Amino acid sequence: MKEKNSVGIVKSSLFYSSNHLDLESGIRLDSYELMYETYGSLNKKKNNAILVCHALSGNHHVAGRYSKEDKYPGWWDNLVGPGKPLDTNKFFVIGVNNLGGSDGSSGPKSINPKTKKIWGSSFPIITVQDWVTSQNELITYLGINKLAGVLGGSLGGMQALQWSIQYPEKLANSIVIAAAPNLTAQNIAFNEVARQSILTDPDFNNGNFYTTKKLPKRGLRIARMLGHITYLSNDVMGSKFGRKKINKNKNHQYSFNTEFEIESYLNYQGDKFANEFDANTYIRMTKALDYYDPAKSNVKNLSKVLKKAKANFLVISFSSDWRFSSERSKEIVKGLLDNNIKVSYAELSAVSGHDAFLMEDEHYHGIIKSYFQKVHKQL
Amino acid sequence: MKNYNPKNRYDFSVIEQWVSPNARVLDLGCGDGMLLNYLSTHKNTTGFGIEKDKDNWLLSLKNGLDVIQMDLESGLAGFEDNSFDVVILSRTIQSMRNIESIMNEMQRVAKVIIVTFPNFGYWKNRLQILKGTMPVSKELPFSWFNTPNIHLCTIHDFDNFCNSHKIKVVERHIITDKKAIKFYPNLFGALALYKLVKK
Repeated sequence: MKEKNSVGIVKSSLFYSSNHLDLESGIRLDSYELMYETYGSLNKKKNNAILVCHALSGNHHVAGRYSKEDKYPGWWDNLVGPGKPLDTNKFFVIGVNNLGGSDGSSGPKSINPKTKKIWGSSFPIITVQDWVTSQNELITYLGINKLAGVLGGSLGGMQALQWSIQYPEKLANSIVIAAAPNLTAQNIAFNEVARQSILTDPDFNNGNFYTTKKLPKRGLRIARMLGHITYLSNDVMGSKFGRKKINKNKNHQYSFNTEFEIESYLNYQGDKFANEFDANTYIRMTKALDYYDPAKSNVKNLSKVLKKAKANFLVISFSSDWRFSSERSKEIVKGLLDNNIKVSYAELSAVSGHDAFLMEDEHYHGIIKSYFQKVHKQL
Repeated sequence: MKNYNPKNRYDFSVIEQWVSPNARVLDLGCGDGMLLNYLSTHKNTTGFGIEKDKDNWLLSLKNGLDVIQMDLESGLAGFEDNSFDVVILSRTIQSMRNIESIMNEMQRVAKVIIVTFPNFGYWKNRLQILKGTMPVSKELPFSWFNTPNIHLCTIHDFDNFCNSHKIKVVERHIITDKKAIKFYPNLFGALALYKLVKK
């Protein structure tokens, strides 16, 4: 059966950059590879391309499925497709696995061309700025001079913001969702707990676990469980799980077995993630989040930094998101207003917390659809 | 909800005369965005709308506006002093809680302030009260139990307010059904439009 409004069966491609990349850390990558996917087609003017940036655990597989049997579609399939808010009948959509990722792009799991060995712990720490530099190489390779837009949520939103600062001439629209101009201390703290759980897992072996074949699942699992707690709001956790127990017997078991539904949910999510995701990538992604700070920790600087920006902006936040609160999005909006940059800002009342940016919601998707219609009219 | 056909919005053309070409305009409570849209078409203005209601916000976006979703009651934080030529509060003041605070904020962000409101002193409103019911009219379409309008005032009231708050009335235009009202405006005017500056 054909799925409604789906991009259908998709294939990934690999981009090889023979250009070296000087990372923000000072380390040089002589060459690198980026795994990417595209949906829709590039028009004659080559001005209808939208880059979709992923967050902490995402990748290049934004929409569609790899086969009919594929259980899950891409991570933002509810938004991207023919007739969907980001309409692939109108736009050429690009998804890319960021450098340091574990889904085909150069990262800790891949081979270091110099040593012909797995990078492992020696793979450098990549920053948001580095990602944007590499993404620019990819779009240039695809023949695109200027993107119609960059869209991202959370860490993806930081990339959308960074694009507007780093390549102001190459971007018409920046869509920044559930993001922040930098992380708060509390946010860095959560990331540090996640990293410590991985770094102190005996199976992590200083990041060189690929040869031992023993994966640091325990650490990754705890990191993900912690993440999930912070991505949801107290309210949604309460309404979804409350104090419900997994078996109907209401008596306490007085044991440490999984008893409450919330425990079961977190354990399930943790296990699933630990089996799929790369621990070295996870700790690097959280570092990219921690380091991102275009205004160098000074709110007033943000206006100065954004002076360069030329894109039009759509900024969206969710009132129940306490990890990337609306106040943080408003800092971005303020920086844009100070520079008289065109911006629309919506604060949505979705209850789900940070996760809301990935959920299907009529009003939320209505906003993105309307915005992209406007973008399309201006092509 | 403010959702009018611009062709019927005679008040737009009055406001238009008070806005200079290419002005930077901030419209507080911009509703469906038609006023800013109108001004940008006729006066080549730029600027932003502010709207709290999510459906109106989306209408404004669809109507081509750059629109910021925020609650005016919490002030205009985010907007620098004198960052606009004109700030407009059109048919919104009567539903606001803290009038003094928003009037101060408007004076802070722009040189010229335009305020419009339904005149509670309009004879049809007075008549309904004489008859013993709360007024319901074209300008005040709500019933007492579901009205967002908590600070209704008359033209006299607003004049007094401006006087006591050091706000100078530069121009005043009172209308009823597309007609300018010069004779006993507080009795015969349905909608009041003010162009104000700081004294």
